[in-house]
Amino acid sequence: MLSRFGKYILLMIQVIRKPEKGSVYRKQLITEIQSLGIESLGIVAIISLFMGAVVAIQTSYNIDNPLIPASTIGFTVRQSVILEFAPTIISLILAGKVGSRIASEIGTMRVTEQIDALEIMGVNPANFLIFPKVTAAMIINPVLIILSMYFGLIGGWLVAVITDLYTVNDYVYGIRAWFDGYIILYALTKTVVFAFLITSISGFEGFIVKGGAVEVGAASTRAVVWSSIMIILFNLILTQLLLS
Amino acid sequence: MIQALNISKSFGDNQVLKDITVKFEKGKTNLIIGQSGSGKTVLMKCLVGLYEVDEGHVYFDERDFSAMSFKERKKIRQEIGMLFQGGALFDSLNVEENIMFPLTMFTNQSLEEKIERVNFCLEWVNLENANKLYPAELSGGMTKRVAIARAISLNPEYLFCDEPNSGLDPHTSGVIDDLISRITEEFQITTIVNTHDMNSVIKIGDTISFIYKGQLWWEGDKTQILDTDNKELNEFVFDTELTKRLKKSKIH
Repeated sequence: MLSRFGKYILLMIQVIRKPEKGSVYRKQLITEIQSLGIESLGIVAIISLFMGAVVAIQTSYNIDNPLIPASTIGFTVRQSVILEFAPTIISLILAGKVGSRIASEIGTMRVTEQIDALEIMGVNPANFLIFPKVTAAMIINPVLIILSMYFGLIGGWLVAVITDLYTVNDYVYGIRAWFDGYIILYALTKTVVFAFLITSISGFEGFIVKGGAVEVGAASTRAVVWSSIMIILFNLILTQLLLS
Repeated sequence: MIQALNISKSFGDNQVLKDITVKFEKGKTNLIIGQSGSGKTVLMKCLVGLYEVDEGHVYFDERDFSAMSFKERKKIRQEIGMLFQGGALFDSLNVEENIMFPLTMFTNQSLEEKIERVNFCLEWVNLENANKLYPAELSGGMTKRVAIARAISLNPEYLFCDEPNSGLDPHTSGVIDDLISRITEEFQITTIVNTHDMNSVIKIGDTISFIYKGQLWWEGDKTQILDTDNKELNEFVFDTELTKRLKKSKIH
C-alpha cells in the first residue's frame, strides 16, 4: 500500500505540470467539463431532490413536541443538505459515476498502447490525460454541488406543497433562519478537495493498469472504492479543520 | 542510424536482454526477428525509451538517448514515428484528427496546412477520403495504414514498427510491408521492424537481427538467412510446414 501511495505521488508530480499546448488543454478542459460535469447534472438533480424531500419528511415525523416550531424542519433540511448531503453524498455518487469512467477510459488507453503512443510522440501522457480531468472536476463539481443544494431545498419545499406535514411558510422561514454563509464556503472547500481525490485516484488506477479487459474492470472498481474511502476520510479531516 | 551498445534489461530476476550490441542503418529496413518471448519487443521498447535499460547505451545518430532526461528526449521523440501492434489509434479521434494530433501538439501550422499534410499522408497509405472515419469503423489493415500515416506525419527520421503484420491476411501483410519499405527508401529514414512473419523477412529484410533467449544470435540480410547454418535460426525460419517443404525442394 505504501508503494502504491509512492507511485500515486510520483504520478501526481507528472500530472501537475504546465500543459504542453495551451490551446489543446483549453479544448480538453471544456470537453471534460461537459463529460464529467454537465452529463452528471441529471443524476445530481434527481438524487438531491429526493434527498431533500426525505430529510424533510423524516425530520417532520421526528418532531412531535408542540414546543418545537415547524420551521425547524426547514432549518434541519438546509443544514443537512448544505453541510453534508450535497458535498459528501453527491461526491460519493460522482466517485461512482465519474471515477469508474475515468479509470476505465485511461485503463483501456493503457492496454491498447495509446498511452505508449503518446509517450513516444514526446507528450507527457499523465499531464495530457489526467490534468484536464482534475481541473475540470475542480471547476465544475462546486457548480454541481450548489445545484444539489438548490434541488435539495426544493425537495423539502415540494413536500410542504404536496402534503400537509408542515406549511410552505414555516419551511421557507426555517431555511432562511440563522443562516451563516461560512457553511457554503465549508461545503465548497470540501467539494474541491473531493473532486481532486476522485479524478486523481481514478486517473492513477487507470494509468497503472497492466493486462487486459479484466484488469481494466478491476481498476475501475478500485478507483471507486479508494475514491469513496478517501472522501470519507477527508470529510472527517476537513470537518475537524474547518468547523472546530 | 540507431545503435544499441551492450544493453541489458531485467524484470525482477528474469533477465530478458543480455548484453546486446546492434546497429540499425539509415535508409534500410532493419528487422528484429525471434520467437515469441525471445525479447524482441522489449528490445524495441528499450530503443524507443518506453523501458529504461539496466546497462548499456542507445544512440540515435551519435546522441546518447539513454543518458538523456525526459525533456532532452522530447526532441528526439518528435523525430520518431512508431507503428504499434494494434495500431494504438486514439479512439475518441477520427482518422484526420489522429494523423493531425502530432502536428497540433508540436507545430504551429494552420488548420489548412495540417489538413494538407493529413491528406498527403493518407494518399501515401492509399486511404484517401477516410478522413472522417473513426478507429472503430476501420478494418485491421486500414488501422495499420492510418497508424503508419500518423507515424510519418511529422516527417520522422526514425520509424519503429512493432509486428506490423500481426492479425492481417497475407495480401494485406504484403501491402503493409511494401508501404514500410517504400517509406524507408523514399524518405531515407532508419526503420526498425519487429516481426516473426517470414514473408516480411524475405521480402523487406535489408538487415536482419535474430534474437534468441535475449541475446543477439545472428545478423545478416534476406539473401543470407535462407542459407545460414545457424541451428537456432534454421529452427526458427524453417518451422512451418510451408518453409520446410520449400527447403526440401531447394535441396532436391
